[in-house]
Amino acid sequence: MQKSLKKLLGRTEFYVFLLLVVLSIVIQIRSGGQFYTPNGLVDIASALVVPGIFAVGTLMVIISGGFDVSFPALASLAVYATTKSLLDLGYTGGVWLPLLMVLAIGAVLGAFNGFFVGYLNLNAMIVTLGASSVFRGIMQGALNSRQLATIPEGMRNFGTSALFVATNSESGLSSRMPVAFLVYIAVIVLAWFVLNKTYFGRGIYALGGNPASATAAGFNVKRTKFLMFVFVGMISALAGLIRVCMMQQCHPTNMLGMEMNIIAGVVLGGAAITGGAGTLTGCVLGTLLIVTVENSMILLGIPTTWKSVFVGALIIIGTGVSAMQVVRANRAADRKKKISKEGA
Amino acid sequence: MSKLKKIYRGNPHLYRLLGITLVWMVFMAITRFDKFYSFKNFQTIATQFPEFGLMALGVMLCMMTGGIDLSCVGVANTTSILCAMLMTSMAGESGVLSVASYPVVVLLVLAVGFVCGMFSGFLVAKVRIPPILATLGVNELLTGICMVLTGGAAMSSFPKEMTTMLASNLGGIVPVRLIVFVVVAVIIWFMLTRTTYGTKLLLLGTSEKVAKYSGMKTERMLLRTYTTSGICSALGGLMMLSTYASARADYGTQYTLQTILIVVLGGVSPNGGKGKISGVILAIILLKMLESGINRFQNISSYYISLIWGGVLILAMVLDYLTADKRSRA
Amino acid sequence: MAQALLKVEKVNKSFAGVHALKDVSLEIMPGEIHCLAGENGCGKSTLIKIISGVYQRDSGTVEFDGKQLGKITPIEAITSGIQVIYQDFSIFPNLTVMENLAFNTELAAKRRIVSKKRMRQIAEEAVAKINFQVDLDALVGTLSVAEKQMVAISRALMFNAKLIIMDEPTTALTRKEVQALFDIILKLKAQGIAILFVSHKLDEVFEISERFTIFRSGELVVTGNTKDLDDKKFTYYMTGREFNDKTFVAEKVTEQPILETKGLSLEGHFSDVSFQLRGGEILGITGLLDSGRTELALSLFGIRPATSGTILRDGKPVQIRSAQDAIHAKIGLVPEDRLSEGLFLTQSIGDNIVISEIDRLKTPAGTYDRKRRNQEVADWVSELSIATPDPNNAASTLSGGNQQRIVLAKWLACQPDVLILNGPTVGVDIGSKHDIHAILQKLARETGIGIIIISDDLPEVLENCSRLMILKDGRIVHESSTQDIDEKTVLSYMM
Repeated sequence: MQKSLKKLLGRTEFYVFLLLVVLSIVIQIRSGGQFYTPNGLVDIASALVVPGIFAVGTLMVIISGGFDVSFPALASLAVYATTKSLLDLGYTGGVWLPLLMVLAIGAVLGAFNGFFVGYLNLNAMIVTLGASSVFRGIMQGALNSRQLATIPEGMRNFGTSALFVATNSESGLSSRMPVAFLVYIAVIVLAWFVLNKTYFGRGIYALGGNPASATAAGFNVKRTKFLMFVFVGMISALAGLIRVCMMQQCHPTNMLGMEMNIIAGVVLGGAAITGGAGTLTGCVLGTLLIVTVENSMILLGIPTTWKSVFVGALIIIGTGVSAMQVVRANRAADRKKKISKEGA
Repeated sequence: MSKLKKIYRGNPHLYRLLGITLVWMVFMAITRFDKFYSFKNFQTIATQFPEFGLMALGVMLCMMTGGIDLSCVGVANTTSILCAMLMTSMAGESGVLSVASYPVVVLLVLAVGFVCGMFSGFLVAKVRIPPILATLGVNELLTGICMVLTGGAAMSSFPKEMTTMLASNLGGIVPVRLIVFVVVAVIIWFMLTRTTYGTKLLLLGTSEKVAKYSGMKTERMLLRTYTTSGICSALGGLMMLSTYASARADYGTQYTLQTILIVVLGGVSPNGGKGKISGVILAIILLKMLESGINRFQNISSYYISLIWGGVLILAMVLDYLTADKRSRA
Repeated sequence: MAQALLKVEKVNKSFAGVHALKDVSLEIMPGEIHCLAGENGCGKSTLIKIISGVYQRDSGTVEFDGKQLGKITPIEAITSGIQVIYQDFSIFPNLTVMENLAFNTELAAKRRIVSKKRMRQIAEEAVAKINFQVDLDALVGTLSVAEKQMVAISRALMFNAKLIIMDEPTTALTRKEVQALFDIILKLKAQGIAILFVSHKLDEVFEISERFTIFRSGELVVTGNTKDLDDKKFTYYMTGREFNDKTFVAEKVTEQPILETKGLSLEGHFSDVSFQLRGGEILGITGLLDSGRTELALSLFGIRPATSGTILRDGKPVQIRSAQDAIHAKIGLVPEDRLSEGLFLTQSIGDNIVISEIDRLKTPAGTYDRKRRNQEVADWVSELSIATPDPNNAASTLSGGNQQRIVLAKWLACQPDVLILNGPTVGVDIGSKHDIHAILQKLARETGIGIIIISDDLPEVLENCSRLMILKDGRIVHESSTQDIDEKTVLSYMM
């Protein structure tokens, strides 16, 4: 019992959770009880879906010891190509066809990253930086992208369909819980299974910890990296699709620039930037933290122009505290080692 | 012949870049000679690249230490907004900015760059946050401050005397911004090659621990490097102010990735410890020439530029990979 | 005579025209402990990699367990019963002991889905073989070096290994841990497993192996029974040179101590350390791995400033809170780990030499005086006979001995009055080791600087130091002239 408590106290996730609780209580008090209301919570959940799915892909890449900055461009391209071609065809069917198309395009674009990072062993951050530029060029140049004010009916229906509607009995405000939230849950479950229950997923952890040993142990490192980027490409494209469905229109460039906040959330959740460590729990909590801060400004009566100030401060303080924790933990471990030796 | 080979071996990356540039120039000569090879066009190129070129120089220094600076755009926008405010307040009722107040503006630019860079440096060197996160946080924070200062709107009503001066050409020939860039580039070149700073920087980038064991003041080196980068970005911000004739919290966001792209294309290793300023400057010019060249083709969307930039970056890395592989096979 | 387990015959291997192995033959019997020794670059790693399938031989035959091995892959080598334990153990610090142990088996069985139950079973079986007590759910990164090695050994045993090759397995172990390792090796031998033990530590070769083979420049020099070997012969076989080492005697010693500590302590590591060092003498400091000897060196050099006590230079108290302070006080440190603390491996030999004195290499105008820098580099390369065609080459292109000379040159270039060396010849081949000793003795004799050698290589300190100080659990337990003490006595104080 004591051991598991100690284990809990040693985890970043626990502190992020604590911070979330404190933050939500502050918001609750300051906003006069607006946070812990059915519709308030549903709003946060709904805002969490897209960044949350992106974060799952980012987590995987960070665990493998890499860095992906291309996912917003990848998602934009995949979803724009899908939406545009379906509109041109006058498609009126359900959401399954756009879904399949976007996943297929995402897989191809992910394979582009994966080929250079996996098979040529190039630096992931630089490759995805270049890829981001390439994807954007294809979208804006070759596809001559512009804002699409309407989207196919199936996608629109999926975006507006709600699991349930939560109403705040006091204010009368109501919010819809989007069906897309189920997709988020499904992605997490799938990613959890892949990361923890398959040797492909353990291989991602292994190569993030020690790539040379991973080869020696019998992992196919090149293929693992390649497939991982394909998988991440599919997840990212899926997030892009959901975003377009929920917004009811396709704006080609407004996802660009999201990458840094997503990465920040994942790292706040305890994923090691050096690779090899990171959990889905942390990833969800870290993203939730950023989303909560971004979305609670109005409740707190703070002008939304302050958003970036808070997010920036959160990143600096969050990473700063954990950086100092590492230094202190090293020092403490050092001392403890000595004491236990003297005792022996 | 063998002498040529030797020169090539001395800095293969630089010469490969030069090769790509030459191929492009020949291509442009064949296809759009009169439109590309005009004085006006080269003058335009020289006017446009300094703003992100300056930021790239700062990012280069940080990357040589094995770090990175993602805060350059934030620093640049903070600078341009504060400058616009200062210009307005100094001009007062008359609305005209006297030449005497130019130095004050420059001082403000340097001060903003110094403070922002120092803050990033502090987070990296003292608090020991990984540079990518520290500068990311600083960028977000600065962008936030800009938003708060401007309410998210563009500031365009400020006295334009100084920005017009910066946007002009000296004697009608040499762009003032180019002069600013050249001066900064020469200073950094001097620091890197003529003082001990450059050697120390690359060694620090190879291994911070060994640097410490060798008695190097590693923390001070990092502080100094990030501060220099901050100042470069702040100057870039002043250039941006003169380009757009207005200031906004979210101008130039594409530069964050663009500067990294330039620096890596210029042959600086993202792991630190390797790189030359000559490569980075060539990369800056190459990218701008590609962009300018593409614009000479009316029927090709200018959006292809980003495709080509990304393609060139990946191509350069693949070329490095192929040649490195050959060497280890031998 | 029984049939050999491994029979290597007339194996050749070249890299880009350079012969790494020339007509090498080697036989290992079942259940034998065989030691393979040789200087760096002698070809022993190449041979290991050929046996384990990492490299392909150019010619010659390898027979294992009665079967000819053709062109094999590492996996085939493992399945036929050959296991290599490399120096880095090939482990995943971020994963649990259980996963580290079970991965190979599971992946070899081409499994795709993880079963914790099956993994635990595999792991339990593996640790049981050598009776290794460990928490299977602990992260490997939190284990000690010795425990990590046990994980690697347990893993190696899972594939019914008949031959285990250990590449310098004792490098980072304490004496107690080395003993424990030897016990396990003997246990493995009792189970009929042959061990090929790669080492260039003489005492280990004597203690553990039955037969030995020595390589030099890609050729087999000698193979025979360990009992026929002695110290002198061993050195000769390894280097092809004979050495007449002189025990160091301090000749001119300064009256005043140039370095003195009073009650120096670093919380948790050493306490109340007081000693004096005079110019022209070499002081040895020895102790076990956890005795605080390394931390003492780091405190004297300012990397980990002492928490209490005083340091005096030439009789005057000095504050040493950072490496710059130490350099300012003319104290230099050749650190313990050359690769991660001493050298910028990918940078040029020249920059490595001048880095610590770089701020002195300025023109009157304050710019970097490259002419003086190049002169300085050329001087040190010839002074310490660093074998390189071009000082602009990366430091990584040199052998361990030459690399250590670079680190030495770096500090000598700073003209220190006190030079501290922590493990100056670890991972350095025997030839260079003797040369480095000669350089140090000459330095003390001719320049009158004070030298401190921190090492657990007892012959090294006894031969090269005039006085010896023994640390145990952070305290000085003995101090005497090296002439009044022998290895046995030193050991008894250390343990």
